[in-house]
Amino acid sequence: MRAGHALEALGAISFRELRKFMQQRSRLLSALVRPLLWLVVFAAGFRNVFGVAVIEPYSSFIEYQVYVAPGLLGMICLFNGIQSSLAMVYDREMGMMRLLLTAPLPRAWLLACKLVAGTLLSLVQAYAFLIVCALFGVDLPWIGWLYALPALLLGGLMLGALGLLLSVYIKQIENFASTMNFVIFPMFFMSSALYPLWKLKESGADWLYWVASVNPFTHMVELTRFAMYEQINTTSLAVVAGSTTLFFVWAAYGYDPQRGMVKKRAQA
Amino acid sequence: MTLPAANTLASTLDVRDAVKSYGEVKALQGVSMSIAPGQFMALLGPNGAGKSTLFQLLSGLFVPDGGAIRVCGEDFLGKPTVGLAKIGVVFQQPTLDLDLSVTGNMRFHAALHGLGRAGRERIAPLLAQVGLAGSEDKVCRTLSGGNRRKVELARALLHKPALLLMDEATVGLDPQSRTALMALVKGLCRDQGLSVLWATHLVNEAETADRVYVLHRGRKLTEGTPAEVTAASGCSTLEEAFLKMTVPPPGSTGGGKPEEKPV
Repeated sequence: MRAGHALEALGAISFRELRKFMQQRSRLLSALVRPLLWLVVFAAGFRNVFGVAVIEPYSSFIEYQVYVAPGLLGMICLFNGIQSSLAMVYDREMGMMRLLLTAPLPRAWLLACKLVAGTLLSLVQAYAFLIVCALFGVDLPWIGWLYALPALLLGGLMLGALGLLLSVYIKQIENFASTMNFVIFPMFFMSSALYPLWKLKESGADWLYWVASVNPFTHMVELTRFAMYEQINTTSLAVVAGSTTLFFVWAAYGYDPQRGMVKKRAQA
Repeated sequence: MTLPAANTLASTLDVRDAVKSYGEVKALQGVSMSIAPGQFMALLGPNGAGKSTLFQLLSGLFVPDGGAIRVCGEDFLGKPTVGLAKIGVVFQQPTLDLDLSVTGNMRFHAALHGLGRAGRERIAPLLAQVGLAGSEDKVCRTLSGGNRRKVELARALLHKPALLLMDEATVGLDPQSRTALMALVKGLCRDQGLSVLWATHLVNEAETADRVYVLHRGRKLTEGTPAEVTAASGCSTLEEAFLKMTVPPPGSTGGGKPEEKPV
């Protein structure tokens, strides 16, 4: 694989995904409306329920909207990561995927291109949401916009890789609803996106606390949250980096024509 | 194996005893095939014969359970990316990005193959060659079925392949487009030494091929020039010969077709 060839393909695949995304205005709109509902409606009701305790990385009392913003950025990456994988299932049924796989490049690289392209979309949506947050007066540090970029990039890659992995096992487009039920919602709710984990511990839900502490999505959110205040949460960084690697290698294995699930499933 | 060894070495495509099963279904049961440079090989077989499976193996989508595939003398299974650079594919299902222009689709392909500037410069002459001069900037959605296929053909030729795989590429085309497409590909065989594997279930498309390969239930039934195949079966036309060879035994349902689900 020549480096020039690899980059040319990466550019083309990324550009194609971005162009497709820009043509679908409704997709950007729904990507923004979803977290906005949480920010405006949910946060309004939740504001007073949330305790006063100061937790890392915050140095003072914060509004609930400020707390929930990184979680909603994570939500955007989560939905987009899974949605991009859904597009792969669609591409596979429609033949576009076949064309892609006839390119004289290692299959793992083609998957990596898809992953990077999907992650770019996550970033576009995340920053669009940050603008919305600013418009709604959510008090996030401006420098955090910059520091959050690597965290969102890595987190986006992790959730995109998870999506790739799911796309190996999702047989048909119709299975998206069950993916929502069994992957997106549990990952989102059993995490630190909506409430700090000590809340779970305090309420005595020990198993929930445990699940949320090992949930990679929690760490993606925490990585972003800390990054917004110019801090690095090393545990979260390790978990997110490790999960990204695991999900991607597993997905690449699944797409390998010699061994993976795609081979076993051909007749299904 | 009718070809002598020296000839086999020079062949563009060389398949040896390819075996592929999907669970219980034996899609290919030891298929061997050789295509020489400039040869137009028609792959004839009823639905479920294993044509699609063979194409999936040749386009690198899956690997066979057993056997060997060589493309231009190189081991395709060991070094798929080397082989894929020498293969152009036109799939049965449309694979154009319909919201993109003709040139846009071609450029995307050029990038996937890492052709750089030289590849991009070949786009316009190639489109002219397949008869699409003046349509470069048209959005693919606005093109007719026949012209969309021509774009796909031009795209498959963009990286100068030695082997062109046409997977039932004329399905859904009117007779004029069908004939035009076939003439175009034949010209490429003659003028540029392109090897072609043309899968079809239409006997009249196979009649004008250099060689005919009849696949049935995952096995080769016969191979030869259309005249040879017809003569060997004792029939007067290729159509009769084909029907006689592939007559289903009473009570059979035929094979399955991988990955072709009704949408």
